[in-house]
Amino acid sequence: MSLISEGAGQRRLIEQGLIEPSLAGVGDYLALMKPRVMSLVVFTALVGLAIAPVHVHPVIGFTALLCIAVGAGASGALNMWYDADIDAKMTRTARRPIPAGRVLPGEALAFGLTLSVFAVVVLGLLVNLVAAGLLAFTIFFYAVVYTMWLKRSTPQNIVIGGAAGAFPPVIGWAAATGSISLEPCLLFLIIFFWTPPHFWALSLYRTEDYARAGIPMLPVVAGDAATRRQILLYTLVLVPLGLAPWALGYAGVLYGVTALVTGAIMLILAIQVRAERRPAERASRHLFAFSILYLFLLFAVLLAERGWGGLIGRVAA
Amino acid sequence: MTAVLDIKMNERRKDEGIVLTEEQKRRRRARSLAIALSLGALVLLFYIVTVVKLGPGILSRPL
Repeated sequence: MSLISEGAGQRRLIEQGLIEPSLAGVGDYLALMKPRVMSLVVFTALVGLAIAPVHVHPVIGFTALLCIAVGAGASGALNMWYDADIDAKMTRTARRPIPAGRVLPGEALAFGLTLSVFAVVVLGLLVNLVAAGLLAFTIFFYAVVYTMWLKRSTPQNIVIGGAAGAFPPVIGWAAATGSISLEPCLLFLIIFFWTPPHFWALSLYRTEDYARAGIPMLPVVAGDAATRRQILLYTLVLVPLGLAPWALGYAGVLYGVTALVTGAIMLILAIQVRAERRPAERASRHLFAFSILYLFLLFAVLLAERGWGGLIGRVAA
Repeated sequence: MTAVLDIKMNERRKDEGIVLTEEQKRRRRARSLAIALSLGALVLLFYIVTVVKLGPGILSRPL
């Protein structure tokens, strides 16, 4: 549906008294941008930008991060616009601005599209075209490939869709260098293989929610045991990948030790999840919570060691 | 008589279009202000980045 026809449709409904004119506040629009997801995107993009082997002017670096943040927010708004029907059925998402009735679907669509265009154009004009192209692709991948296509059609939705969340460090690196190399690709792979254990751990104790909304998450389609096995398999790939930056000489000893220790904990938790059976969900909750810390620690230590040519490390020393 | 008045009121309401409540007006004002601030920040950003990109050469223009 085009924006014009959707806008005209909304006006007609308001005139007929079927819906009220918008009561959306600024906070509702911020909520559409999924601020918590946005903060992780900005952080991983910052790491990609900071470890790049070139000097980036702080203003250009700030501009790049701002555009990446706005692009991520735009994807979130488009996702909430398209998924409003299923969000209303899930307890975790029922209070989002559209299902709660605070923002009209047309407003969210217009907001998401406007921010997408602004984020990509500004990044292209003020930083570089490679980063802008990658940002445009990421928004398209999340909003169209993941949200509109994969999410409702395959249990592999978050595996393939996870690529969208893995792109930010690559965009950050591209914003600094104007190109892509092996280092940001490693960071991409770490996030890519981190996503399935992270989300499947969550879906193990939210299975009913996903089933009610008709989303074919792995536990709904393949069952509890198969999901737990897949979590362990992906964690077995993730842990060596987490160590790869150190093994290939891109990161120092501190990173190596952190990746080893936190990777071992991830593996232990994944084994516990594998051994657990429903209705128990303690291990799944632990893995979900720790996986966030795991990713944060890997990137934070990398930032401290390598960021701005090791500036933070030198200052700390 | 009442029916005629009702019809007249309805016609008047139609002429006025969508009438917003005070709360709706307040929220709209807040949204408009946020858009204005965002656009202002964008202008400032373009200005600063232009200065940064041109560097010291910003003042040395050919006559």
